[in-house]
Amino acid sequence: MQPFVKCRGKLAVLYRANIDTDQIIPKQFLKSVARTGYGENLFFEWRYDASGRPDPSFVLNRPEYDKATILVAGNNFGCGSSREHAVWALMQFGFRAVVAPWKEESPGKRIPAFADIFRSNSTRNGLLTIELTTDEVQWLVSQDRKYGPLEATVDLVSQTITVQGTPRETFHFEIPPDDKKMLLQGLDHIDTTLKDLGEIERFERKHNVQMPTADKSPGL
Amino acid sequence: MAATLYDKIWHEHVVREYDDGSVLLYVDRHLLHEVTSPQAFEGLRLAGRRVRRPDLVLATVDHNVPTRHRDSVSDPVAAEQIAALQRNAKEYGIRYLGLSHPEQGIVHVVGPELGFTLPGTTIVCGDSHTSTHGAFGALAFGIGTSEVEHVLATQTIRIRKSQTFRVRFVGRLPAGVTAKDMILYFIGLVGPAGGTGFVLEFCGDPIRALSMEERMTVCNMSIEAGARAGLIAPDKVTFDYIAADDRPFAPRGRALHEAISRWEKLVSDYDAQFDREMELNIASLEPQVTWGTSPGMVTGISGKVPEPEEVEHFSADDVAKSLTYARLKPGQKMVDIPIDVVFLGSCTNGRLTDLRIAAEILKGKKISPHVRMIVVPGSERIRRHAEQMGLDKIFREAGAEWRHAGCSMCLAMNEDRLDPGQRCASTTNRNFESRQGHDSITHLVSPATAAASAIAGHLSDPREYFT
Repeated sequence: MQPFVKCRGKLAVLYRANIDTDQIIPKQFLKSVARTGYGENLFFEWRYDASGRPDPSFVLNRPEYDKATILVAGNNFGCGSSREHAVWALMQFGFRAVVAPWKEESPGKRIPAFADIFRSNSTRNGLLTIELTTDEVQWLVSQDRKYGPLEATVDLVSQTITVQGTPRETFHFEIPPDDKKMLLQGLDHIDTTLKDLGEIERFERKHNVQMPTADKSPGL
Repeated sequence: MAATLYDKIWHEHVVREYDDGSVLLYVDRHLLHEVTSPQAFEGLRLAGRRVRRPDLVLATVDHNVPTRHRDSVSDPVAAEQIAALQRNAKEYGIRYLGLSHPEQGIVHVVGPELGFTLPGTTIVCGDSHTSTHGAFGALAFGIGTSEVEHVLATQTIRIRKSQTFRVRFVGRLPAGVTAKDMILYFIGLVGPAGGTGFVLEFCGDPIRALSMEERMTVCNMSIEAGARAGLIAPDKVTFDYIAADDRPFAPRGRALHEAISRWEKLVSDYDAQFDREMELNIASLEPQVTWGTSPGMVTGISGKVPEPEEVEHFSADDVAKSLTYARLKPGQKMVDIPIDVVFLGSCTNGRLTDLRIAAEILKGKKISPHVRMIVVPGSERIRRHAEQMGLDKIFREAGAEWRHAGCSMCLAMNEDRLDPGQRCASTTNRNFESRQGHDSITHLVSPATAAASAIAGHLSDPREYFT
């Protein structure tokens, strides 16, 4: 997988909550057996009109946002279906990172910025998910509205996103250590796990006694 | 130390812990379907790896399959995807329930039916509704294609532990109100991301009173609250289900006996601590129906379309966008909303009891002349059982279409889809924009509400059929 260390690029703002994976890549494009070819259909329903022409008002069709590499979205991004095609579509379009806000619904009740499966799929492909506070994301959205597309540098080592311009703003973000390591090194997890094959086999010998095996299956 | 049910299953499956906070978790059962598996097999092939435990894998086709007939798949791209799974299953020695197999069906319906889903196991599948299997007290969750490849190659998954969230139902479920209404009500209360990062455990007398099929409906939609998994502690209802005939993968005789004595310990300790708890009284719960484009946008059938400012968990702007999309106005009564199509089926509500409750309402009646109703059983086995009971005849005589098993109009990947602007009362799990077809509108309901609405021609309260 592609490692993520640092990226610098333009921010495209699609500030809506609960953007689901059906919107990111609709089902009609999931029939492919390939891992590529999804970028052109990213956000298909919002990006193209009924006759298949690009909708000029949609952010990704506006020339000033051309070649954006960081997407700014609302809370609960990537909810719904587990389709990894959503991550492939975002990356093949050119995105390297997605920024979304976590929110505090009531004291102590924190709603994460990204859906669970989406976040895990992103990490396994080298797409960085950046959780900021609602205030920070709203600041990005308001700057974008005022001045047009922002430029930013994302640095995974220092866990920061720095927006260029005056004033220059730097936001820190949290990321679980295992995700950080996987992204920085671009590790193939299967290779890493297979180094523990001995442990897996040992586990199976003790575990299978307890667990009825599935290999007795007459007629199937 | 006191442990939750989740802690106990987790603990039993940890192969090793890493110093970065993640663990290697053993996977007992791996389910495959045609849409999220081809790239995983391709990855294995390119790396020259094998499937470590094909005996623990079960594959079927469901998302792409036609439901009108079983002859062939007319869409060449879908046909190729189905053929790819068949080839991969054969090459790697995986059991495969193909299009013409008598046990073909939706992956989350056939797993339990065949006894592949068992209490205390870990189950994964490249599909978010894998949470369904949690109804058996199995830790079951959806994964992406990269993780599918990892599980095929290693029979493990690398994962961090979730937080725990106990959802206790109290009160007696009123007649005509169902498991679907319970879970929709919960999602409305907690919001579409209220469960993110948690594994849910559903408990309380109303959960104990549910059949296995109804429990699967509840756990199925855990993901619609953001939770990867939902759990229900197994009990006699679970054990009786597994002991029934025709579950070829389930243990039998003495092995079953021994298994049950282990499964009986799969409960949260009385003093176990949960990270979050919630209690829901359902004694006066109404049938629930969604009005927007998120499963959390839900209200009672006697309710109205809300004002944008008055919806918890959603901004006024997001609600306004949803209402524009759904062509609805605040203050409209839910029962005044006319519908074009009724869809009965899916891994949420395509099981025999779902078909039966709808058939009881439809028996001797006709659906509204301007409504089209499609009934898609969750599996070919359910189709056969329904036909033995004469349910197909009831549906046909009422004016509904009776189909073969598959995911069908739940995600509209095959030919079964809505036209732009069409509005559907659907027993499925997602009402996202264009989910059931480009520019289509979905109202999530129970099978009872779907049947009552089909007769009325608009969203309708099924409780009048239960007095």
